[in-house]
Amino acid sequence: MVACRAIGILSRFSAFRILRSRGYICRNFTGSSALLTRTHINYGVKGDVAVVRINSPNSKVNTLSKELHSEFTEVMNEIWASDQIRSAVLISSKPGCFIAGADINMLSACKTLQEVTQLSQEAQRILEKLEKSPKPVVAAINGSCLGGGLELAISCQYRIATKDRKTVLGVPEVLLGALPGAGGTQRLPKMVGVPAALDMMLTGRNIRADRAKKMGLVDQLVEPLGPGLKPPEERTMEYLEEVAITFAKGLADKKISPKRNKGLVEKLTAYAMTIPFVRQQVYKKVEEKVRKQTKGLYPAPLKIIDVVKTGIEQGSDAGYLSESQKFGELIMTKESKALIGLYHGQVLCKKNKFGAPQKDVKHLAILGAGLMGAGIAQVSVDKGLKTILKDATLTGLDRGQQQVFKGLNDKVKKKALTSFERDSIFSNLTGQLDYQGFEKADMVIEAVFEDLSLKHRVLKEVEAVIPDHCIFASNTSALPISEIAAVSKRPEKVIGMHYFSPVDKMQLLEIITTEKTSRDTSASAVAVGLKQGKVIIVVKDGPGFYTTRCLAPMMSEVIRILQEGVDPKKLDSLTTSFGFPVGAATLVDEVGVDVAKHVAEDLGKVFGERFGGGNPELLTQMVSKGFLGRKSGKGFYIYQEGVKRKDLNSDMDSILASLKLPPKSEVSSDEDIQFRLVTRFVNEAVMCLQEGILATPAEGDIGAVFGLGFPPCLGGPFRFVDLYGAQKIVDRLKKYEAAYGKQFTPCQLLADHANSPNKKFYQ
Amino acid sequence: MTTILTYPFKKLPTTSKWALRFAVQTKTKKTLAKPNIRNVVVVDGVRTPFLLSGTSYKDLMPHDLARAALTGLLHRTSVPKEVVDYIIFGTVIQEVKTSNVAREAALGAGFSDKTPAHTVTMACISANQAMTTGVGLIASGQCDVIVAGGVELMSDIPIRHSRKMRKLMLDLNKAKSMGQRLSLISKFRLNFLAPELPAVAEFSTSETMGHSADRLAAAFAVSRLEQDEYALRSHSLAKKAQDEGLLSDVVPFRVPGKDTVTKDNGIRPSSLEQMAKLKPAFIKPYGTVTAANSSFLTDGASAMLIMAEEKALAMGYKPKAYLRDFMYVSQDPKDQLLLGPTYATPKVLEKAGLTMNDIDAFEFHEAFSGQILANFKAMDSDWFAENYMGRKTKVGLPPLEKFNNWGGSLSLGHPFGATGCRLVMAAANRLRKEGGQYGLVAACAAGGQGHAMIVEAYPK
Repeated sequence: MVACRAIGILSRFSAFRILRSRGYICRNFTGSSALLTRTHINYGVKGDVAVVRINSPNSKVNTLSKELHSEFTEVMNEIWASDQIRSAVLISSKPGCFIAGADINMLSACKTLQEVTQLSQEAQRILEKLEKSPKPVVAAINGSCLGGGLELAISCQYRIATKDRKTVLGVPEVLLGALPGAGGTQRLPKMVGVPAALDMMLTGRNIRADRAKKMGLVDQLVEPLGPGLKPPEERTMEYLEEVAITFAKGLADKKISPKRNKGLVEKLTAYAMTIPFVRQQVYKKVEEKVRKQTKGLYPAPLKIIDVVKTGIEQGSDAGYLSESQKFGELIMTKESKALIGLYHGQVLCKKNKFGAPQKDVKHLAILGAGLMGAGIAQVSVDKGLKTILKDATLTGLDRGQQQVFKGLNDKVKKKALTSFERDSIFSNLTGQLDYQGFEKADMVIEAVFEDLSLKHRVLKEVEAVIPDHCIFASNTSALPISEIAAVSKRPEKVIGMHYFSPVDKMQLLEIITTEKTSRDTSASAVAVGLKQGKVIIVVKDGPGFYTTRCLAPMMSEVIRILQEGVDPKKLDSLTTSFGFPVGAATLVDEVGVDVAKHVAEDLGKVFGERFGGGNPELLTQMVSKGFLGRKSGKGFYIYQEGVKRKDLNSDMDSILASLKLPPKSEVSSDEDIQFRLVTRFVNEAVMCLQEGILATPAEGDIGAVFGLGFPPCLGGPFRFVDLYGAQKIVDRLKKYEAAYGKQFTPCQLLADHANSPNKKFYQ
Repeated sequence: MTTILTYPFKKLPTTSKWALRFAVQTKTKKTLAKPNIRNVVVVDGVRTPFLLSGTSYKDLMPHDLARAALTGLLHRTSVPKEVVDYIIFGTVIQEVKTSNVAREAALGAGFSDKTPAHTVTMACISANQAMTTGVGLIASGQCDVIVAGGVELMSDIPIRHSRKMRKLMLDLNKAKSMGQRLSLISKFRLNFLAPELPAVAEFSTSETMGHSADRLAAAFAVSRLEQDEYALRSHSLAKKAQDEGLLSDVVPFRVPGKDTVTKDNGIRPSSLEQMAKLKPAFIKPYGTVTAANSSFLTDGASAMLIMAEEKALAMGYKPKAYLRDFMYVSQDPKDQLLLGPTYATPKVLEKAGLTMNDIDAFEFHEAFSGQILANFKAMDSDWFAENYMGRKTKVGLPPLEKFNNWGGSLSLGHPFGATGCRLVMAAANRLRKEGGQYGLVAACAAGGQGHAMIVEAYPK
């Protein structure tokens, strides 16, 4: 089982909703009596209130495109010029989305820094005009209000948001390596205070409506409505509009003040921030924290702080100028391109390319209530899947059920669920020791110990009790699925579903199809994975599939580097400073030394010398001494409950000493060590594409980043080759090949790319 | 039968065509009696005056109120105590000391100590549950004579110590040595003293009922003005009924140490202008549900004598009405909390083989104006019927001139546990007074549940 604790940036990718590219679903466009030539915005007048409706055509979401900008300007000019109109309401025609952000393709299409800067400045101008509007404008928000959408909303005089779960506010530009470039860096600090604004911009986190109300980001909340004389969504939008209109009238009549009463804490914070010394301390503190977390690999956060600082210390003119310039600079960076690429990849991996399955999976059965089994159960029950969790022993089952309950209960503590919802979700889970109820199962996922004969046994047992249509999925990290399916009566129903630990945190699901797996089986597995909220890559069967296979040679190199006398702590710092969320030595501990040994042996047998390098004897000795990593309390490090600091396991010294290799000085600089690890990873990934294990480079990048923690700032192995240059990577590989031999021989596809510079994985 | 035929004419002299069509139509069914099933009749029913909580009843306990209703019933019907087989009461917010309030009240009212009694709870339809439980006992031949009723005393509610404090006190009870006691006492924190209040909120959603009613009204686009108008109607009709002496189920209650209470005190017809001034009570500042268009917290009790028909006749009674088919329904407690009547009405009509046109007296529980009007809109909507009720066509609107003609919970008050009996007696008394054969009683309740029952007038 390839476990990998992702931290920081990685887990944040879930917040990715900003800047969506155009979707495919076409919605009926409801025209108004106003000028009909407009396609993105139209407006009608109700009494003396103009209701401006935003509706990007042919898309599930509204995005701020050039067309929308110009139509918005036109519409607002008409409203300002009209004598009839005294106030306006800004609302979306799409129930699930206010505005999801700027049009990402518009930004990607920009060739030069000046172009991007100019886009930012145009947006700034429009919003500044809106902010100074003589007629009050109320933003009525239902659904996602992100990035440029939020910047637009905070330029209005008043904001009303629905308390719907879909309603989230945020500025996630940082996740794409950019900053809020339409005045957000200047307005947000004024609106919610500097600390809260920096937090929003630096983490990109989504804020739910009730929290936004408390922060002062929105002025009023509207409860979503249930069914009435129309579908709930539709009526909720109407109601939101009605409420917004009454507030718009109230604001125009000066019956309602747009000013908000601030709480005591807020007033105190605001006062403290007027003291220059305090401000300097805040900037310093935040910068320190950012430097520590990003290790200088991500330029956006520091620029955000810089721009906010400029605005506050030198006035808003300087702030706006700095914002637009830095926005342009950031969009042009490699990091931003890598992150935007990942975003596109993620969108792609959230689709079911096999189409809808014939039968929806409603009843799921999971074999094995270990960490993985229970984790899979946890992400299934809260999506409404009736789930059976079966284990062989009562103690194992208890532990698994407890894990699921704890996962749900933690959400209650964070107020993401009510205790009632928790109980009702938990009732979807049945824990049992026998095969009762399996006759109703639509899919069985086995997560038993990684042993082929055991897997064969459960497969046969299960096939005796499940209905004909039921799919058998194996959660294995390295055993080839075709070998597991060999004993099946119906190999077309057997598939691999490789989850990553901890299942509720890791977004990736690697689905493995064999030659015999039917298309409908694949469609069903992807549908279940998507329901569980996973990002999915579908790969062909083979030893180690894609993810484990990429990791193995890198791990082999880790062992060699340790044998060459590099301290595990030093190795960890080298890998994390390259952008990996978890250090290489720590990763082995997290995965489990026994698992790593297992994988190394299995794949070593198949791939032979190419997977060699480090001596697997190191792992064997560790296992024999009981140093299994975090789970046994000792690995390269010592782990103690409740102790955060990690100390090196001094008992490792003798093992390492006995297997010591002389380092080769020509390839042992810090940079060389980093590249020895990364190039082996990348080379193997490219080979997977070459051999057809991977269907697309995008899936390879998503798998590497979301499953294995490949540095997100590099965008994944394939994006890395494109941006860094195939030739340079091949040069590196050849240098190491000279020192160590075959393990570093560049694969044919990589060599091809190096030979013809026009060849790119992403055109 | 003649009264039935002429009644709409008297009532609706101007709406010619519509009324005419109505008038000539005959009942779908002559009676709802079923072969081989005992007929269940209401001999009579009474209630204490319903008072705003915190007024004359404020020093009483719930069983005092229930006892008053029971003695009133004994007095009204002169039923010999020993023939009563069983007593059932409904209540919602329980006084912990008298959790089986039916038994305490019965003993205090002088019923035989050999007559068993139990208490049921089903939110605002608790008394309905008490009655239908009685119907079941009679129809199945287990009992012949049942007293069913309900009680609620909102003037006093159980405010508890916090869980932490309760735990500490219970642990102290078990502590054996001084040392143990001291160590427990040392764990005491001041916040343990914060009390726990019962709220009129759904446990499953934590939403208060008023809040849900406001959302419901908004979902059905019911305006503030419509709600105020409906509330005004309820108060005006109640006032008229009170002045004309139609509320004959009310029995005077001699409150210990206070004056005798003879009538409901929550009926306050106001003006639309006055009502428009009120601020929203739940969804602030733009909601539509206000104190004036909601039912108020009420103290009160009701009781009724239910018998097998042959038993009543043998005892020489002239019953008031039959209790016929009934139906309980439940739906989503979040978004359809108060739509019980919409769901229950068509079902009970279908079960009885009647149509909306057969009903002469509608008695619906009025929790909020917005709730009643939302139910009206739901019943009048084909879209709602198709998408949420699995029906091909809409339920149909109850004609307003037959609807809650003597006021409703908005004006008379709504003691949660006691309202059900009031509804049935209002329907029975209206059928006798106004003429007509069938009455329909319907109510919504917390938990997203609802109830409806057909009341058939006893032939004169």
